[in-house]
Amino acid sequence: MLKVSFKTLLAKCWRDPVWRGVLFQNGLILVIVLIGYQIIQNTLHNLETRGISTGFDFLSQSAGFGIIQTLIEYDESFSFGRTFVVGFLNTLLVSSFGVVLATFLGFLVGIASLSSNWLLARLAGAYVECFRNIPLLLQIFFWYFAVLGVLPSPRESLVWGDSLFLNVRGIYLPKPELSGDTSIFFGAFVFVLLVLVALIWVGRRYKRQSGRTLPAMKTLSVVSLITIPLIAGWLSGVQLNWDLPVQGRFNLSGGLTLIPELVALLLALSIYTAAFIAEVVRAGIQSVSSGQREAAAALGLRQGRILKLVVIPQAMRVIIPPMTNQYLNLIKNSSLATAIGYPDLVNVFAGTTLNQTGQAVEVIAMTMAVYLLISLTVSLFMNLYNRYTAMVER
Amino acid sequence: MTTVVTCLLGVLAGSVTSANAASTLETVKEKGFVTCGVNTGLPGFSSPDEKGHWTGMDVDVCRAVAAAALGDAKKVKFIPLTAKERFTALQSGEIDLLSRNTTWTLTRDATLGLNFAGVAYYDGQGFMVKKSLDVRSATELSGAAVCIQSGTTTELNLADYFRLNGMKYDPVVFDTSDGVAKGFDAGRCDVMTSDQSQLYALRLRLRLSKPSEAIVLPEIISKEPLGPLVRQGDDQWFNIVKWSLSAMINAEELGLARANIDNNKMSKDPAIQRFLGLDGPKGKGMELSDDWAWQIVKQVGNYGEVFDRNVGMGSPLKIERGINNLWNKGGIMYAPPFR
Repeated sequence: MLKVSFKTLLAKCWRDPVWRGVLFQNGLILVIVLIGYQIIQNTLHNLETRGISTGFDFLSQSAGFGIIQTLIEYDESFSFGRTFVVGFLNTLLVSSFGVVLATFLGFLVGIASLSSNWLLARLAGAYVECFRNIPLLLQIFFWYFAVLGVLPSPRESLVWGDSLFLNVRGIYLPKPELSGDTSIFFGAFVFVLLVLVALIWVGRRYKRQSGRTLPAMKTLSVVSLITIPLIAGWLSGVQLNWDLPVQGRFNLSGGLTLIPELVALLLALSIYTAAFIAEVVRAGIQSVSSGQREAAAALGLRQGRILKLVVIPQAMRVIIPPMTNQYLNLIKNSSLATAIGYPDLVNVFAGTTLNQTGQAVEVIAMTMAVYLLISLTVSLFMNLYNRYTAMVER
Repeated sequence: MTTVVTCLLGVLAGSVTSANAASTLETVKEKGFVTCGVNTGLPGFSSPDEKGHWTGMDVDVCRAVAAAALGDAKKVKFIPLTAKERFTALQSGEIDLLSRNTTWTLTRDATLGLNFAGVAYYDGQGFMVKKSLDVRSATELSGAAVCIQSGTTTELNLADYFRLNGMKYDPVVFDTSDGVAKGFDAGRCDVMTSDQSQLYALRLRLRLSKPSEAIVLPEIISKEPLGPLVRQGDDQWFNIVKWSLSAMINAEELGLARANIDNNKMSKDPAIQRFLGLDGPKGKGMELSDDWAWQIVKQVGNYGEVFDRNVGMGSPLKIERGINNLWNKGGIMYAPPFR
């Protein structure tokens, strides 16, 4: 009796689409998990039978190789874990500067391509067609070998004012160094910054409520951000010294050095991506109905203000999602650094560290995880920004 | 649904067991050629000529293995690899053996799942600078920019050497030895460091009006025993590669060369009899034909011949035999006997 009712219950569930859906979906998840488990087991088994050591112990071993550009303290005695961080920061450095430069350049070119000035519009168009259609790797080689590679040797550097040198080894700049008690100086800076953020917030509210802007906000904030910390620093006896590059036996030493690998990669990445961003910006601007422009002109606004106050804010809604893709592309493309030896994550960690330790699976997994993390973070922020600028519909 | 799951599990279970594949010799015989990982282009060791024909010492080691395993030295497929790619290619089974100026170290032997089959060339790391810099010794190099190939023992020795001597340097790292030469040429660095044999080889690549404009400094800062590698876990294949190399060295010691090996078939010398597979252990233990060693010498040559035509006085590199001479001629080249 009980057996029969159980059977009918089963049959009833099988016919119910909801139950059936749950069954199949859970079944699918189970299969995926099993396959994943099997792949991992298989890999570990194969690594073991081939006598390849596994695990993350290598991260604490000392690395023993030098890296030309490090943002944090590093020398050969630091660990492989440290090389991971060094590579990661170098990737972040080139990506973030690349994103800023590409956005700036992309906006300029995008707006220029819609200019009523024939020459300007055609130049912008030519820029886009040129740089968008040449492979990025070739552009990196072009900047590295053809442009920066022909600079003079260190002994015949191009010099400006005894402190700025340019040669085949890079660009050498004076490096500012603060001596004395710098905490008051930086404290004052942070304090002014916080006050200004609060002021901007208040100003926004005031504008929303009254429709008027607070007077002279911009000038005030820039002036106070510079002068107040300076005065605070001067009063507390902070001194600013410039560490100048000095000609040594082989190279210039001291100062701040921009290595040619960084410059070439940065130029190539931002110029290449800017071509795509320019198209995104152009499309965004063209998506704003021309009636908006005409209405703004009818109110007596000048061209620049129309663009800034009416067109761009509306275009942003169309621009941001594809722009996110371009940012992600730029970040991922930065891994082409390997081609010219810029010490990014792929070069230092997935390259040299992998080769010195032989821990291919762990190193590649960590590298992939980092790119995933960076990309997801960028998407998250861009999506938040997108939501912030999106049209609020009631 | 259940059948699908069973099928999937069956396939997965199958994939685990099939990981224990056939022996390397069997696969080599089946496909008809040896897949050999070599340098992407290093004159004297492995570089393709204008017709795409590979030449060099490392290349000849591959050929010797093919001659032993398949009886034909031409049956080799060369896979050019950078320093960074080489171990993964061997571990993953993409190549059957790696013969690519690779230094025998503890890490590589003990943790990479690989085995070194002997030393084909005893090398040491040196420095090359342009004459115009007026540097006489490596100890004067503090502050210099140094071009190196990434993922090499060279990179580690360099760091050790400069740290030990309290000197600073800027490492300029390239992927290939060709890149290193280019960087040095373009003035990106003051010094090029590598195994000495490579420095001589790369000097030929530089766009200097005279090769003597670049000088090799006297210091040798490391030991670099270079040799072929195989995967661990296939002792038979390991033996074949190990003994192919030994056969080349023994042949030189026995006075057997390409030109005279056929005349020696009648030799009364029992060592030569054993070498030619007419007596003694023959090829049995390695599942090779009995004349395997004869094939190597006949088709590739003995160690001395290979050295001379690729890197020695018969080549543009003109490297002295030095410690790479036979043990009884003042060098340290020493191979276990055929018994």
